[in-house]
Amino acid sequence: MENLKLELKAKIIENLNLEDIEVSDIKNTDALFGDGLGLDSIDALELIVMLDKDYGIKLSDPKQGKVIFESIDTMAAYISENKTK
Amino acid sequence: MNKNRYIQSYCRITNNVIILNGKEVFRESSEDIKSFLKTVYKNFEIKYSKFFKMDNLSKLAFLGAELLLTDENKSSNIALVFSNAASSLDTDRKHQESINDIENYFPSPAIFVYTLPNIGIGEISIRHQLKSENAFFIFEKYNAAFHHTYENSLIQMNKANSVLAGWVNVDKNTCDAFLYLVSKKGKIEHTTENLIKLYNN
Repeated sequence: MENLKLELKAKIIENLNLEDIEVSDIKNTDALFGDGLGLDSIDALELIVMLDKDYGIKLSDPKQGKVIFESIDTMAAYISENKTK
Repeated sequence: MNKNRYIQSYCRITNNVIILNGKEVFRESSEDIKSFLKTVYKNFEIKYSKFFKMDNLSKLAFLGAELLLTDENKSSNIALVFSNAASSLDTDRKHQESINDIENYFPSPAIFVYTLPNIGIGEISIRHQLKSENAFFIFEKYNAAFHHTYENSLIQMNKANSVLAGWVNVDKNTCDAFLYLVSKKGKIEHTTENLIKLYNN
């Protein structure tokens, strides 16, 4: 699980072009949206694509993202339970 | 001819060089446009993390605006009038690459949102909190006469106090920008001839 969390941090930085942020800057419990990393609605869509492309998870209801993408912890837990590749 | 409109300041940005008001202010040989634009961003110590999310065309327009819209140049109502030849083709191609293979069909929303040339105008408007007139035109090459007429009319009709305008083009790993601020202050008269002269310099 810890490896997955590190992998997610690296992917988020790369896929969302967070040039000024290092993996070590993101805590597992940090809010990804709002006051945390400050991600926006386009970033949320990008994360949905990432789940599909890299882990074979299709979110049928985008509203699920609000809970899944709350933090690295919540993302990692959801991916561990639902990944198909 | 209207004699109280001026090119208050201008800049020329190509792949390796930036000229601001006639003086070379930056030179750097980079492997590609993305690297060059990032180096420019770092060199001028701009602090705006959303820069890195923009496509190359928006970055180029954004950097030009950063150089020209200084505190002393800013007015409350700055219109934005840009043009280019390639539209958003540079980003359109990237989007196309992501949807070419039906077995590997993962279009990126972050790329897709830049598949219009005028998104850069939006980025500048957000950065400088502009709620002003704006337009983006497509020409085969920089059309100074059209720009001159359009910029003049915006100020003459009191649609804007000043106009940030010009050419901003990105295609096939080359970039070419000529941006300028038209206002009622300055030393270079805002004429078609002067626009052509500055563009070709």
